[in-house]
Amino acid sequence: MRYLPKSPADREAMLKAIGVRSIDDLFSPIPGEYRLTRDLKVPRQMAESEIVDWFKQRSKENGDDYTSFLGAGAYFHYRPVVIDALVQRGEFLTAYTPYQAEFAQGTLQAIFEFQTMISELTGMDLANASMYDGSTGAAEAVMMAVRITGKSGAVIARNVHPEYREVLGTYATHQGIPLATVAYTESGRLNLKDLEKALGDDTACVLIQSPNFFGTVEDVEAIAEIAHKRGALLIVSIAEAVSLGIVEPPRVADIIAMEAQSFGVPVGFGGPYCGVIATKEKFVRQMPGRLAGQTVDKKGKRGFVLTLATREQHIRREKATSNICTNQALVALMVNIFMTVYGKVGLRELAKQNLAKTAYAADQFGKNAKVLFAGAPRFNEFVVQTSEEPSAINSRLLGHKIIGGLPLKKFYPELGNAALWCCTELTTRSMIDTAVGLVAESERSVGSMKEAEEVTL
Amino acid sequence: MKHMTRKATRHINQNENLIFEKSSPGKAAWKLPPLDVPEVDTAKLLGKSERKDLGNMPEVSEIEIIRHFTRLSTWNYAIDLGMYPLGSCTMKYNPRVNEFVSRVEGLANGHPYQPAKISQGAMRIMKTLSDCLIEITGMDAITLQPAAGAHGEFTGLLMVRAYHESKGNARKKILIPDSAHGTNPATAATVGYAVENLKSNDRGMVDVAALASQMNEDVAALMVTNPNTLGVFEQEIHKIADLMHAKGGLLYMDGANMNALVGKARPGDFGDDVMHLNLHKTFSTPHGGGGPGSGPVAIKKALEPFLPTPVVVTKSDGTMAFDYNRPQSVGRVRAFYGNFGMFIRALAYIFANGPDGLRQTTEDAVLNANYIRKGLEGTYDLPYSTPSMHEVVFSDKVQSKKGVKTMDLAKRLIDYGFHPYTTAFPLIVPGALMIEPTESEPKEELDLFIEAMKSIAEEVEEDPQFVLDAPHNTRISRLDETLAARKPVLRWKPESTSH
Repeated sequence: MRYLPKSPADREAMLKAIGVRSIDDLFSPIPGEYRLTRDLKVPRQMAESEIVDWFKQRSKENGDDYTSFLGAGAYFHYRPVVIDALVQRGEFLTAYTPYQAEFAQGTLQAIFEFQTMISELTGMDLANASMYDGSTGAAEAVMMAVRITGKSGAVIARNVHPEYREVLGTYATHQGIPLATVAYTESGRLNLKDLEKALGDDTACVLIQSPNFFGTVEDVEAIAEIAHKRGALLIVSIAEAVSLGIVEPPRVADIIAMEAQSFGVPVGFGGPYCGVIATKEKFVRQMPGRLAGQTVDKKGKRGFVLTLATREQHIRREKATSNICTNQALVALMVNIFMTVYGKVGLRELAKQNLAKTAYAADQFGKNAKVLFAGAPRFNEFVVQTSEEPSAINSRLLGHKIIGGLPLKKFYPELGNAALWCCTELTTRSMIDTAVGLVAESERSVGSMKEAEEVTL
Repeated sequence: MKHMTRKATRHINQNENLIFEKSSPGKAAWKLPPLDVPEVDTAKLLGKSERKDLGNMPEVSEIEIIRHFTRLSTWNYAIDLGMYPLGSCTMKYNPRVNEFVSRVEGLANGHPYQPAKISQGAMRIMKTLSDCLIEITGMDAITLQPAAGAHGEFTGLLMVRAYHESKGNARKKILIPDSAHGTNPATAATVGYAVENLKSNDRGMVDVAALASQMNEDVAALMVTNPNTLGVFEQEIHKIADLMHAKGGLLYMDGANMNALVGKARPGDFGDDVMHLNLHKTFSTPHGGGGPGSGPVAIKKALEPFLPTPVVVTKSDGTMAFDYNRPQSVGRVRAFYGNFGMFIRALAYIFANGPDGLRQTTEDAVLNANYIRKGLEGTYDLPYSTPSMHEVVFSDKVQSKKGVKTMDLAKRLIDYGFHPYTTAFPLIVPGALMIEPTESEPKEELDLFIEAMKSIAEEVEEDPQFVLDAPHNTRISRLDETLAARKPVLRWKPESTSH
């Protein structure tokens, strides 16, 4: 086996040194009746070329030559080549969690820079080293708010990513956290009146997403005021990180639970991604997840360590702030490099291009079909309502090697034939025009069918 | 240095400040293509939501970024540099073909919501990996959704709870041996269970008599790591399983140490009901400085209705689909389908090994651990003489008489060019040195390690202070962790002084 660095003679010599006759002697602690005496039924050993070929076949079956209007929590942005060049350095790729700080300063300094940039972009005091993803990060943020406030309930906006809400539901069930959901208005934003009604004396937090699942930017300040008046914390989930380049961050929030996938992480069929929690300094001791902090060595030289570990499971066990151990370090490094590449000016310009493409697309779609939620600012997603089922339009689009917007019937049946479309800097005008053309065609043919029906009547 | 080491030599490495300290206005590492749609008035579109300032974000050029991260990387130790004997962490070789195939266009750019018709490749990967893992564990069904081991524990215990609830009583507590990983009790709390400790016997195994007396109808499950954190196989595992089952409880296995079993024994065959795997341990996906992981949970038939949604199913026409219609499901534990990129890597690893390679891998892992045990017996105290599987746990009992503790020995090991072993864990061994070499080490590397550990033991006898002051050869000396925790500095700010 090509990964195993031993000759038969090495193995013999080692067995002899140990003082056993055969390798099976070393497995004698396993009772005989449980020892597997046959081969595992897994595919036979393959050559590297065969492995590459197998996965290339799967890639072909996976729409490798399509472009896409899908977003909804997983966004296509250009990934600068330096990201993969750097994260594939073995010293990053094959290192463990930096518990032995003297031998892991590279990882630790990178985490410290990551925490700094996330704090800058979110407008929070500090950020952790990463969570699994945006959905679990949001759930952990709610649990964190419950610990901070000593209250038990959480109020969730219905325009938070539906799968994030599902995950929160799973986590909340056994924490005794009752959840209440608040509807959205005609503008796609959270219904503030309903929010006021949903808040009770025992509400620990309000969880919103901005830009929300429909791509609409929320009036965070108004929501914060309502939440804070009732003594509840405001948690803002940010699923589209690139929005932070042009959309004012929710500085009035108490906790931000972010999905940083947009920053240089492959869409990769849904993972691995990079959740992260950012918050105010006063809440740091209730924060889940690892934190890198600055300190000095014996000679006074600056260095970095994992710190405030008394929050974590390996020290506190069942009293820890979370059971999280492994996080998304290498993905956070991708995010880190992406943020460094674009930096202060580039992130804004990148976000501006997203805004421009989306404004153009929404405008064009609007000429032929109904673009919902027009009354509030949006970033790079919008909802288009058509006469025909979106999946029918999408199947015709597939013929042009384009994947259309996400049909929303499953998540928001009340919106009828609606789909969520996303444009990023990678969406071309010709893609948009093709999609708009097909939607227009669909509307025309449904329209003429209706006319025909009316004539018959 | 007191003693010479054959493994490592000091060499020059570059100093590097924080990226913010290299930034200056006007430098850039990016270039966007020309916009092919009309420019927009951002103020008009966003109104008061428009952001004007991005704060202290860096402005640097591409070569500076390459040098910055390359310099940082050289301050890390890594498997690619040598043995990384962290016990319980299974720091094995991370094959490069795994990285290559995970970046193939249609997989790296597949969208989780793209139509099923053009997602067949991704689903085939998930199904094939699931089938392999079910066969390897001897279980009946699996979910790949959990993002890491602790997340797998969470998912597993959710299913345990759902199972008991379906029988009318969720039960109250989880039994956890005192040798367990910290995630076990932390997870039990997350799922709303109380934790009850279970003492180990003098051989380092679950005390079956104690279990018998503690097991009752309030206990939902026992979480056991097998081999346990001492590297010892729980020989009475079938009795343990029977005791649990007799009172309606379930046996949860923490699969962190599955590297000792693959191809040699299957948890499903010895009475386990639910277990998680760590693809980043046993199945070679990279640790990446702390993640991403992936923590599939394999279960017996009785727990199948409770799997998180969605589940990949094969339809009658042979195509695959996600099944969301599972009324008894515990729900979702993560958005989308899990850390898909890790599924690709783990499957590539299984393909590269085949049944013979997987078995040989396990045998070599156990051979290596026992070779180290033999080499260091007599030099370091072995608190449990029970046979070792894939890892061996010594203690600092001898060296601590000179005031030198496991962490000090570990820091000195750095000077010898090795990453330290796991220190001070498991908790049942005071001053533990927990060593897991994995199968990836050649005999030469193991000999160097044994030599280094013996040499350090001699140094302790000759000059304990020298060991207490280690490491001597790193860029920085021991860091003040108390200061870091007392006055947390968790981000850079412009006013902070640079060195």
